[in-house]
Amino acid sequence: MKPLLSVQNLKTHFFTDNGVVPSVDGVSFTVNVGETLGIVGESGSGKSVTALSIMQLLPSRKGKIVDGKILFQDVDLSKLSDKKMRRIRGNEIAMIFQEPMTSLNPGYTIGNQIGEALRLHMKMNRNEAEQRSIDLLKEVGISRAEKIVRDYPHRLSGGMRQRVMIAMALACNPKLIIADEPTTALDVTIQAQILELIQKMKKDSSTSMIMITHDLGVVSEVCERVVVMYAGRVVEEASVRTVLESPSHPYTKGLIRSIPRLEQDVEWLESIPGNVPIPSEMPTGCKFASRCEIATDQCMEEEPELYEVGPGHISRCFLAREVKNAITAT
Amino acid sequence: MKTVIHPFSRKENPVKFKKKSLWLESWKRLKKQRAAMIGLSIVLFFVLLGFLSPIITNQPYDGFNPEKTLISPNSEHWFGTDDQGRDIFTRIIFGARISLWIGFFSVIGSIAVGAFLGLLAGYYGKWVDTIISRFFDIMLAFPSILLAIAIVSILGPSLFNALIAIAIINIPTYGRLIRSRVLSVKEEEYIMAAKITGMSDGRLIFGHILPNSITPIIVQGTLGVATAILEAAALGFLGLGAQPGEPEWGKMLADSRQFITTAPWTLLFPGFAIMLVVLGFNMFGDGLRDALDPKTK
Repeated sequence: MKPLLSVQNLKTHFFTDNGVVPSVDGVSFTVNVGETLGIVGESGSGKSVTALSIMQLLPSRKGKIVDGKILFQDVDLSKLSDKKMRRIRGNEIAMIFQEPMTSLNPGYTIGNQIGEALRLHMKMNRNEAEQRSIDLLKEVGISRAEKIVRDYPHRLSGGMRQRVMIAMALACNPKLIIADEPTTALDVTIQAQILELIQKMKKDSSTSMIMITHDLGVVSEVCERVVVMYAGRVVEEASVRTVLESPSHPYTKGLIRSIPRLEQDVEWLESIPGNVPIPSEMPTGCKFASRCEIATDQCMEEEPELYEVGPGHISRCFLAREVKNAITAT
Repeated sequence: MKTVIHPFSRKENPVKFKKKSLWLESWKRLKKQRAAMIGLSIVLFFVLLGFLSPIITNQPYDGFNPEKTLISPNSEHWFGTDDQGRDIFTRIIFGARISLWIGFFSVIGSIAVGAFLGLLAGYYGKWVDTIISRFFDIMLAFPSILLAIAIVSILGPSLFNALIAIAIINIPTYGRLIRSRVLSVKEEEYIMAAKITGMSDGRLIFGHILPNSITPIIVQGTLGVATAILEAAALGFLGLGAQPGEPEWGKMLADSRQFITTAPWTLLFPGFAIMLVVLGFNMFGDGLRDALDPKTK
């Protein structure tokens, strides 16, 4: 089967006063029809920049795609004209943001903002758009949708606004939804509701989805396949089960270990020591070596490629097999 | 004693959902500001005077009446008459039309052009911004009244040309203001969210960025009407605005200069009129700023 979206060797660099920052440095992955792909990584690993590259919405002054292809239904998005790209945005690829509190225009009613995409892409008139907005709001679980549709954003809570954002994303029945940390800014009970809603939406439509998050809990709940990113590169890719049960990259392993567990009574929460290296001061060898427990001399000097460690399971680590087996042993 | 609290009272939806626009809320805040309301009353008073001028007085505002020159204020001529024998009260009332007309339309003109340029500069940045901003800087390098005098001299002295000149010299004020707003508004997430829906630049700029950048312009515009009226009076005083016969307040001041000791009412009343209307706009503008400023919410 042909993938819906195929990102091939994407390189997005930022040109700043202090030199070139390779935020995304040779990332490849695919999203199949109806599939949910999780992109996991710490802050600064290039997740959001990947999403913005796909949407062609990089800050025009500094960010630029320098290499690679973004094939969406066999069309390279990075080569499309602005006008053609606008027809895809919101219509075929929609996006949900992290910050529901600031992602709605305070000056327009909810209905107006959901309806905007409908009027734009589906050529609906005002009444049709409002009717469809009400239906969408009901779909995302907002009661009194008829009233809310005429309300201004400041009257809604964070959870409701995120529902509105999801309704906006769903408005034109997109083929792909990119959710950039959709639950990060919400409190825990609301997070669960929103995740549930996202899963329900996915079941009801054949929409594909890219779920960008740093929360492996979210990934385990909604995703089928996971791409783990570190310092602008893919370090591991596999199905959710494989990644969670037998990770084969020390970074993934560290991420999993740093999830606090309820059943264990521990004094200290585990964490990965150190930070993602600053893009302008990237080490020559494996980018994770300085934080890695099992790094060898080879790791410091050479950069590992992506090695296949199992069916559909790749890892950027010289010791991938050892790491994988070590985990399954314990 | 036991108090029973019913945690869930099942009354159906007691909250009324009224359509409450942002403007309505701002108006409510504005109503609480006494100074602003006084200012608004003064402004409305002059607007009313302007509209009703032919009804309020039946005297002509122009013409030569040699028998009635320089009469001091009395019951027939409330504000006295000037050296041509014209009733000053009548002239001031008709003058309100001129001053408000110049004030409003010059401001609307400068906002229209200034906001457009400011939006382009702020949104597109890069060389567009450089060109437009330098253009503003160049205009601001001239003392504004000198620039106005120069423009009127080129176009020829008349009331309408004075309006044009005043509109032109105020363009950079509004342009810079809106440019700085656009720079911050365009980074807002809802603008990104709007881009994600696949909107065109034009729709984004005028539908989303402009409405969110307009409040300081409204405030500045209100204060600007006052400035524009003063500038019109100044041009009139220099003989570059209103032409002989037209009851423009600044022109009235200029024409009566020589009678300041013998017939002070010829200067006092036009002067008061200018002061009062400018005061009104300034008080209203200040109140409006407080009402529309999100920080004071």
